[in-house]
Amino acid sequence: MADHANGMFPLALREVGFSAAGLSIVRKLHLTLDAERRTVMLGPNGAGKSVTLRLMHGLLKATAGEITWGGQRIHPAAQAMVFQRPVLLRRSARANIEYALDLAGVAQAERTARAAAALDRVGLGHVAQRPARVLSGGEQQRVALARAWALAPRILFLDEPTTSLDPAASREVERIIAEIAAGGTKIVMITHHLGQARRLADDIVFMHDGCITEHTPADQFFRQPQSPEGDAFLKGELP
Amino acid sequence: MSTLSEGFSTAFGLMAGFDARLLGIVGLSLRVSLTAVFFGSLIGLPLGASVAVGRFAGRAPVTVLLNAFIGLPAVVVGLLVYLLLSRAGPLGEFGLLFTPAAMVVAQTVLITPLIAAFTRQIVADAWREYREQLKSLGASAGRAAFTLLVDTRFSLVTVVLAAFGRAIAEVGAVMIVGGNIDGVTRVMTTTIALETSKGDLPLALALGIILVGIVIIVNAAAHATRQLAQRRYG
Repeated sequence: MADHANGMFPLALREVGFSAAGLSIVRKLHLTLDAERRTVMLGPNGAGKSVTLRLMHGLLKATAGEITWGGQRIHPAAQAMVFQRPVLLRRSARANIEYALDLAGVAQAERTARAAAALDRVGLGHVAQRPARVLSGGEQQRVALARAWALAPRILFLDEPTTSLDPAASREVERIIAEIAAGGTKIVMITHHLGQARRLADDIVFMHDGCITEHTPADQFFRQPQSPEGDAFLKGELP
Repeated sequence: MSTLSEGFSTAFGLMAGFDARLLGIVGLSLRVSLTAVFFGSLIGLPLGASVAVGRFAGRAPVTVLLNAFIGLPAVVVGLLVYLLLSRAGPLGEFGLLFTPAAMVVAQTVLITPLIAAFTRQIVADAWREYREQLKSLGASAGRAAFTLLVDTRFSLVTVVLAAFGRAIAEVGAVMIVGGNIDGVTRVMTTTIALETSKGDLPLALALGIILVGIVIIVNAAAHATRQLAQRRYG
């Protein structure tokens, strides 16, 4: 996987657009993401962040333009996504991770150990045997993160992973994301939480009305955004 | 009123005495309907899940047909299976007509659309919630359908039960293809119909009470299982 993964970057969007039912959701997206930095996507509701994330992950197919990985029109497998609301199967926390490993082609003998290790890393080793769906919201999201982590993705997409969590659970999720990133996984995350963006982001992709208005290093974005929309957003003037 | 009370006392008398004939009839009813539920589930569960998850031309008409066939009249199914299995029919060489096997075939045809239609609905609802996650993990359509069947298993128990209820309670299909032959193809519903027409209302009523009792017991057991499972798995 490593050889293949090294060639994954940059992830590049060129003239990418997506429309559904005659309605243009995002258009003319240009973006180049490298393998290293933690990218956070900001923007008001309806800006097209979620759709863009899904286009990159491959859940949606672009209706215009092209998305390339390492210069090629491929769809690498070494990626994972964590959603706003964790979707866990009605089985134990560990079995949920084993299921994902099974789909990823990991040999049966290896699955249990890898799933258990992933749960340990998110601090949930003690609930490995518990049914995933009866865990608390924060714990469920951590299982979802452990599931993504166990897959050892080269890039991890996160769509507002802490939106439905309380502050303590959010901080725990942030800690895990930072740790996944420290292990060499590229992070691309959507959040509505500016404090979280400040803590986690190396660079910011700002979207407004279906377009990317800027892609700026985080410290610069929070000091002096390059686009009027980004500026208005930080001042709380965008809805 | 006296018929009612007589029916109850007859029912209890028959049950308390483990009446051999009664046991035979009840046993055959259960055997035929449970077998039909088994085959109906074997076909209906994957069929419903495939229609829910799959993307193929003609999915909408298939859904409409399945839903429409939920209410398939038992006598019509009986007639169709009769034509299929009768000596001159395409499957006549197997000599199944007027055997319990024919009754199983008829009830399977009767309940498969019901199981498939409700399974499709339940799995389609779950699919809406799971779709992105399962696609993100790389599940094929077939694998997703199977995963959803496993994950909605507690809801599907209710579907299978409804099918069992419909099978064991119907009279039209088993009457036509089974022939209500004493000791061979006589089940509870056909006996009730026969005894009623003969005027032995207490016996008919007694059988009716037992039939309803069985359906209630089976449902109570399944309900308890489901409650327990849901508390456990969420």
